[in-house]
Amino acid sequence: MHIVVCIKQVPDSAQIRVHPVTNTIMRQGVPTIINPYDLFALEEAMRLRDEFGGRVTVLCMGPPMAEDALRRALGLGADQAVLITDRRFAGSDTLATSFALATALETLGKEHPIDIVFTGKQTIDGDTAQVGPGIACRLELNQLTYVAAIDSLDKAKGEIVARRRAEGGVQVLKSKLPCLITMLEGANTLRRGSVQDMLRAARAKVTVWSAEDAGVGDLLKCGLRGSPTVVKKVFAPQPREEPAEMVAVEGKTPAQIGDAILDLVFARQPKLEAELTA
Amino acid sequence: MANPPTKPAAGRAGMKKELPEHFKAYRHVWVYVEVERGRVHPVSWELMGEGRKLADKLGVELAAVVLGAKSPELKQVVRQTYHYGADICYICEDATLAEYRNQPYTRALTDLVNTHKPEILLLGATTLGRDLAGSVATTLKTGLTADSTELDVDDEKSLAATRPTFGGTLLCTIHTLNFRPQMATVRPRVMAMPEPDTTRSGRMVWHTLGMNEADIVTKVLDFVADAASNKANLAYADIVVAGGMGLQNPQNFELVKRLAATLGGEYGCSRPVVQKGWMPAERQIGQTGNTIRPKLYIAAGISGAIQHRVGVEGSDLIVAINTDPNAKIFEFAHLGIVADALTVLPALTDAFARRLGVRALAS
Repeated sequence: MHIVVCIKQVPDSAQIRVHPVTNTIMRQGVPTIINPYDLFALEEAMRLRDEFGGRVTVLCMGPPMAEDALRRALGLGADQAVLITDRRFAGSDTLATSFALATALETLGKEHPIDIVFTGKQTIDGDTAQVGPGIACRLELNQLTYVAAIDSLDKAKGEIVARRRAEGGVQVLKSKLPCLITMLEGANTLRRGSVQDMLRAARAKVTVWSAEDAGVGDLLKCGLRGSPTVVKKVFAPQPREEPAEMVAVEGKTPAQIGDAILDLVFARQPKLEAELTA
Repeated sequence: MANPPTKPAAGRAGMKKELPEHFKAYRHVWVYVEVERGRVHPVSWELMGEGRKLADKLGVELAAVVLGAKSPELKQVVRQTYHYGADICYICEDATLAEYRNQPYTRALTDLVNTHKPEILLLGATTLGRDLAGSVATTLKTGLTADSTELDVDDEKSLAATRPTFGGTLLCTIHTLNFRPQMATVRPRVMAMPEPDTTRSGRMVWHTLGMNEADIVTKVLDFVADAASNKANLAYADIVVAGGMGLQNPQNFELVKRLAATLGGEYGCSRPVVQKGWMPAERQIGQTGNTIRPKLYIAAGISGAIQHRVGVEGSDLIVAINTDPNAKIFEFAHLGIVADALTVLPALTDAFARRLGVRALAS
């Protein structure tokens, strides 16, 4: 089995700061992590590899420093890592990103045909959940999103049964390989990398591909030029026109503060008081 | 080419829009109406309300798209689309559409778009809507904006979709300039539920899918409905109490739960609390969690990041408790209390219990 996990390096969201005047992201010194949702995908891929044999390749598109994320994935137990990095990918929206990744996957598949592509359900910086379906669509892979569990895999028949989170319940789906699976959070528990894997990762070579190496022929489909969406402005929302009424707390006991809040709540929402006391 | 290739790409945002000739015929606003097991997801009606406004602003028609297997419920849904503002309802009835599957649904929606050419296509940002929208946008090679929190059309009749960006620290407005349709998804409860007008009617346009079950790879073996009892119903709760990192440890969330229970409401938390593992993801309030529109929202020890703000702004009354007088949450709260939530929450719980208890006895 050849399983490829697409991962993204993202800034640790807890530490993102916005410049108060310029409204730009202050990236300096913000640590990067593997998108947390992708770790569930990586673990599931490694679990299948351990059961059925084969290899797990991690694929990442990003700046050269994204090599750190791939090395970390190798340390957790992935077998091979490929970084596609090219200035001409800069500014890609989800359509252009899925084009670059799908092309790289095709190139990877020529060497060892791919059975399953995994991604996380979404990233924590973009939060779109669009790149996974985009890749599946371009490569005509059977698409299984929001997968909470893989019930069974029949390698000989090329069949897979998975549980997909839907609205109000879980769909049990039977599909065929090759497929693309986006993994839901909490689907598994990430292993701790073994000492051997850590040592191997430190020495391992991460394959670095330019657009051409990845097989991208049409550069008009990459980066800003290949992105149908355009960000027209980035801004911080304005405070509400009517400022908040601040409840005086100075010199009051907690009980008095509690009563004061309650009186103001009911003064503004008389219907609510009637409903609660009905 | 109109622009020399050497022109810096960064100038695109200010680039004059020149819609290619073949896209100029694309007109009207569409909403995909999500029907699963005979039931319409409420987000679809919320989108119809928003779609109606956009269509009126553009001076075009609003259309609903209904996909599913032939059933009396589906016919009822078609009538409802008119009540919620549709002028046209495109309907595709096919046995292969009985339950949601990516392949036939992508085919049906893509074919409908290619045949009837809408300028705007909106979908709910549900597990179904996001699965479908990603495939349809990629097939059509057009732009798709996820989780929009505000939709508008600008002077050039271009869809302006605003959403949080950079992990919810800022907002951005996204346009799809040179491609059609302009696609966007919106999360449940972000837009207000419109009042249905049962006197409205519209016209129905049929579409034939032309797929056989044998063409479809993925089969639905089973659907396991969620147990109703253990699910948080934050999105539709009338009263919500939530805690943030200001509560300092997981044990202190008992204070949040107690106030919520006293008021007969639901409890929730901010994103960092979920990331810390103090509360399950289903309790998260904000852009990537639940969007809420309660009559009363009490936020305790929550700083009020943009990703949180967009998830609670539809609340009738926002009460914020925070020790930091400069916390962002006071920029959009209606009532503010600069104090320690650990002291105020129990006091408020007691105050409500006394007042409600006394009233209850008196009546």
